[in-house]
Amino acid sequence: MPQNDIKISVKNLDAFYGKNKVLHNITMDIPSNQVVAIIGPSGCGKSTFIRCLNRMHEVVGGTITGSIMLDGEDLSKNDPVLLRRRVGMVFQKPNPFPSMSIFNNVAAGLRLNGVHNKKEISLIVEKCLKQAALWDEVKDNLDDSGANISGGQQQRLCIARTLAVEPEVILMDEPASALDPVSTSKIESLIFELKKDYTIVIVTHNMQQAARVSDRTAFFYLGELIEYDITKQIFLNPAKKQTEDYITGRFG
Amino acid sequence: MVKRLNNHFSQNIGDLIFEKLTLLFAVSVFLLVILMGYEMYLGSKISIQKFGFSFLFNSSWDPVQEVYGALPIIYGTVVSSILSLLIAVPLSIGVAIFLAEVAPSWLEKPVSFLVELLAGIPSVIYGLWGIFVLVPWLRNSFEPWLADKFGYLPFFRGAPYGFGMLAAVMILTIMLLPIISSISRDVLKAVPRSRREAALALGATKWQSTLIVLKDAKSGILGASMLGLGRAIGETMAVTMVIGNRSLISTSLFDPSYTMASVIANEFTEATSQMYLSSLIELALVLFIITIIINAFARILVWSMSRKWSAA
Amino acid sequence: MKHRNYFLYRKKTTNVIMMSLTVIAALAAVIPLFLIFYYTLSKGIAYLNLNFFIAMPKPVGEPGGGMANAIVGTLILIGIGGAIGIPVGIMTGTYLSEFGKNKFGFMVRFLTDVLSGVPSIVVGVVAYTMVVIPMKHFSALAGGIALGILMIPTITRTTEEMIKLVPHSLREAGLALGIPKWKTTIAIVLRTAWKGIATGVLLGLSRAAGETAPLLFTALGNRFWSTKIMQPIASLTVYIYDYSKSPFEDWNQQAWTAALVLIILISVLSLLFRFVTRSKYKSD
Repeated sequence: MPQNDIKISVKNLDAFYGKNKVLHNITMDIPSNQVVAIIGPSGCGKSTFIRCLNRMHEVVGGTITGSIMLDGEDLSKNDPVLLRRRVGMVFQKPNPFPSMSIFNNVAAGLRLNGVHNKKEISLIVEKCLKQAALWDEVKDNLDDSGANISGGQQQRLCIARTLAVEPEVILMDEPASALDPVSTSKIESLIFELKKDYTIVIVTHNMQQAARVSDRTAFFYLGELIEYDITKQIFLNPAKKQTEDYITGRFG
Repeated sequence: MVKRLNNHFSQNIGDLIFEKLTLLFAVSVFLLVILMGYEMYLGSKISIQKFGFSFLFNSSWDPVQEVYGALPIIYGTVVSSILSLLIAVPLSIGVAIFLAEVAPSWLEKPVSFLVELLAGIPSVIYGLWGIFVLVPWLRNSFEPWLADKFGYLPFFRGAPYGFGMLAAVMILTIMLLPIISSISRDVLKAVPRSRREAALALGATKWQSTLIVLKDAKSGILGASMLGLGRAIGETMAVTMVIGNRSLISTSLFDPSYTMASVIANEFTEATSQMYLSSLIELALVLFIITIIINAFARILVWSMSRKWSAA
Repeated sequence: MKHRNYFLYRKKTTNVIMMSLTVIAALAAVIPLFLIFYYTLSKGIAYLNLNFFIAMPKPVGEPGGGMANAIVGTLILIGIGGAIGIPVGIMTGTYLSEFGKNKFGFMVRFLTDVLSGVPSIVVGVVAYTMVVIPMKHFSALAGGIALGILMIPTITRTTEEMIKLVPHSLREAGLALGIPKWKTTIAIVLRTAWKGIATGVLLGLSRAAGETAPLLFTALGNRFWSTKIMQPIASLTVYIYDYSKSPFEDWNQQAWTAALVLIILISVLSLLFRFVTRSKYKSD
């Protein structure tokens, strides 16, 4: 792929929790405005990998060696707080702030980062809720608690909250695994919409989901990157035996 | 967009300031406890220098002669606390078993609430109730009855005043019950369900399975009792109001007595001489040290208990 | 066979007896509560009228009068106590939960536990030596400081426990939005935990409102109207104590009424907090 299309470039990445090595020598490039799916059995290091991309692994006590470049800049040289505004994250379980209203959930990232112009905030909130395909469902009760809507709505609220700080990359850690099929398909079509403006890395357990939403797929196994290619290629014609075994359901 | 948000330099400073600020408060609490001990040591220095250990073993507390010996006061404190603990602990264990093992949940909640409410009543109200309800009842009914039936024992002799050791013991028992039973209930509840189920599955009765749970919870209940002891030793108002306030060593529970806390409460504002005040502060220091030792010991017991089960 | 039945019978009888004993113990624990409430209500209500809240105490021998000064005094005292105890407690609790996984944190936790067991009269003595002696007179300030020290352990421990109950995922959500750690802690973690913390604060305040011993030789008491924090100040609890020892039946009566008012005050405080911390949302 052409050099200027690469958003994130990972080289020789090892990750550790304490002395426990959980990622081995990962090298991969993530292109701009595409959706990259990370698949693999539980415990293969998928979540750890995307946490490294916005240094959230540090919050749970992880360390890395090797390099991760965002637009050609080394992540470890920058401030993690600033980095996380550029690389947002949506978690496995919806985690809206229960003490805040729907509106304030979306506005939280702005306000706590120093934006106080009311008009500006409400414009951004509306825009993000629309982008997250939630606006029509909540526009009449923006003052309700963020914790009192359905699980699927909560997850889209969390996506809207992430969008509000205008990141360049969105990391999603199994964003639909706790949701019902209808909500899942809403999230999936949302991902499709979002890739116009954002680069998305999504961890998923569900291979059909990876096949549906992603442009590229990476298969992780036991902390190693086994195969990384165009999604179609991975699913129709995998190069490695392990990949084939996994996607045909022979293990994992 | 990024420019619209704060720059990061101030953020890292913010983290640092926040940590140091909270640390400052934590340090102040740490220093406060040490300062408390030090202040009392300074305040009681002249009494410590003059009386030394005889302060604890001399039985004459005489402000007129400027001689201060705390033996009868320590005796009153120890006897009132131990006796009330002897009654309160078995009762509290009963209450705790009732709440944790016997009562269905619809009953457990309101009873727990009432027990907690009891712990929230100000001690001066216990004292007020003691003066006007408990003491007259003791004087007119209970103490004469005891003297009549058990008068051959040295504990129930003398004039039934009402005010005295018996009243203090009873009111302390009432005050200790909610404290010891609510901690014991928590301790019992911390014992895993599987311990009970294992026993019940072998055909044990509820009581037999409860005995097993009690055995597991032994150190926690001991800790709860120690906390109760700390409370009994330091309880001031309710005791001061009913114990009769005379420094006297007597075997009879009908006789008035005195505790360290009540001496301080009664005489502190009347202390006219330096030595008098210094002796009272020394009493407070002794009280401080005793309660710290008891509480430290109790906390370690309760902690070790909860750690044992949370680790399992 | 008969032998076995006998043991089974004994086993069952013991069970019934012991279980009944626990019921009796529970009753024995709860009965004093009803007795105390019954007497406080029935004896206290006699004097409970508007006058009690707005009038000043009458001199010895004159019937009637109220305790306006003591009610205001108690409020001022717990106000001063709260001004000290609430910030110190919340900040220390925050320190313990956020940064307290070290030896120093362990020691502070231990000392706050120990402090919670120190008799309140001892705290009064300390406030006397630290505030009254240097100032050379009794004052509301000294009493308030004593009450503040007494509030610290409760508020510290509740704050720490409540922060620990906030799910880690909320903290991660904040950090992932690029919000600095300290802001995440204050605006998201503490804000989520604040109802629980407020309950701890309420507990601290209502316990302080019921304290007598640490006020006896700090705030002392005052038969006149005073709201000056550098002067001695009246409080409901000290009035209850003084009036209960009094030979005048009228004053004894008023002690009961003061006790009732104290209980009402503590309940109002609790209701007020429930109102303040009530959920903005219907089902929460």
